[in-house]
Amino acid sequence: MSTHHIHVTINGKAHEADVESRLLLVHLLRENLNMTGTHIGCDTTSCGACTVQLNGKPVKSCTVLAVQADGMEVKTVEGLATNGKLHAIQEGFHEKHGLQCGFCTPGMMMTSSALLEQNPHPTEDEIRHAISGNLCRCTGYMNIVKAVQYAADKMAEGA
Amino acid sequence: MIPPTFDYVAPKTLSEAVAALGQENAKVLAGGQSLIPLMRFRLASPAVLVDLNRVESLSYIEEKGGWLKIGSMTRESALEHSSLVREKYPLLADAASVISDPIVRNMGTVGGNLANGDPGNDHPATMLAYGAEVVAVGPKGERVIPIASFFVGLFESALAKNEILTEVRIPASKPRSGGAYLKLERKVGDFATAAVAAQVELDAKGKFKSVGIGLTNVGLTAIKATAAEDFLKGKDSSDENIRKAAQLAADAAQPVADVRGSENYKRSLVKTYTVRALRLAVQRAKGG
Repeated sequence: MSTHHIHVTINGKAHEADVESRLLLVHLLRENLNMTGTHIGCDTTSCGACTVQLNGKPVKSCTVLAVQADGMEVKTVEGLATNGKLHAIQEGFHEKHGLQCGFCTPGMMMTSSALLEQNPHPTEDEIRHAISGNLCRCTGYMNIVKAVQYAADKMAEGA
Repeated sequence: MIPPTFDYVAPKTLSEAVAALGQENAKVLAGGQSLIPLMRFRLASPAVLVDLNRVESLSYIEEKGGWLKIGSMTRESALEHSSLVREKYPLLADAASVISDPIVRNMGTVGGNLANGDPGNDHPATMLAYGAEVVAVGPKGERVIPIASFFVGLFESALAKNEILTEVRIPASKPRSGGAYLKLERKVGDFATAAVAAQVELDAKGKFKSVGIGLTNVGLTAIKATAAEDFLKGKDSSDENIRKAAQLAADAAQPVADVRGSENYKRSLVKTYTVRALRLAVQRAKGG
């Protein structure tokens, strides 16, 4: 068993930690740093509840070792709002009722906000394709798609 | 579920990685999207993980010397979004866009997808249809392995324990060639119930000059449907010929019944998807 001293920037803030090689990124966030916004769902790389952005790209944090994030930037749901103001994607989920139980929501937002960074004006098909690795068992996805569309429009207004 | 303990090294160069892989019970970590879950389930418990994610020289997609060369650590998402792949290698573009789900494709790599030796993975059949070659590097240097002899058994490849898959290369796209990958999956992220890869090259008269057909998840390894390939060579692309070839491909499949379907269902699916994949490959070869 090896331990490693890692430097990870999380939501813009530099963190250092000594981690066992087997520590998963999601456990670093939730248990070592008490950032419980990132959820653990299936634990098997299927559901996408644990999605965070690693150097800007959505990844399933239950299937990345914390040590692999050494030197990288991680963004979690806690990093979406700035100065107490909701990110457009958060506002979209609120306005369009894009959640019921809310368990999948952090992962949905990390995936869809990354999509909007790459593609500010996605079609409905592109939105559905992008979130196809994030499972929601409540909403039927209709309102999630509307939430992402709302955010795209909102961000276009602000641009 | 937390993986069992292991040592971890993240070399920056290939030679360091090969040296590290010489340790007892060491294993390569590529994208980790299969290996990390396997470790969490205690189905794999390597003593040392040699992480290739910091070996930057293993990520590339380039046409060179008559090949499309793909570095083994190239992410599936990079393949999926590569304009070169989309324009000239439709079979590969098709396959890359249906591997697991879009988030997994941000980590998953082409080398891992092949070296894992899982018959449910999508690159093995794709590369069989292309007639690809795999480049492996070990302590004694580099060797080239034809893809047809790469998949030895269930989760077993021709790689030695201390070898690293560094590149897969596909014959460069030729005029009047085209391909397609058709996969039936119950939902995004599932392994294929069955899938068919077809790559064809037509001659000036529209007859098959070369044909490659690979089958996913209907045997212990991906299957190269050689009887179907041989049958089509020199023949025209009539529906009758395509249907006969598809029957030969279905005969070559060795599916087993599971939650995704019965043996007969899967065999029938292989036949139908071979017909459709060949038709689409021919259409694309004709520029359609």
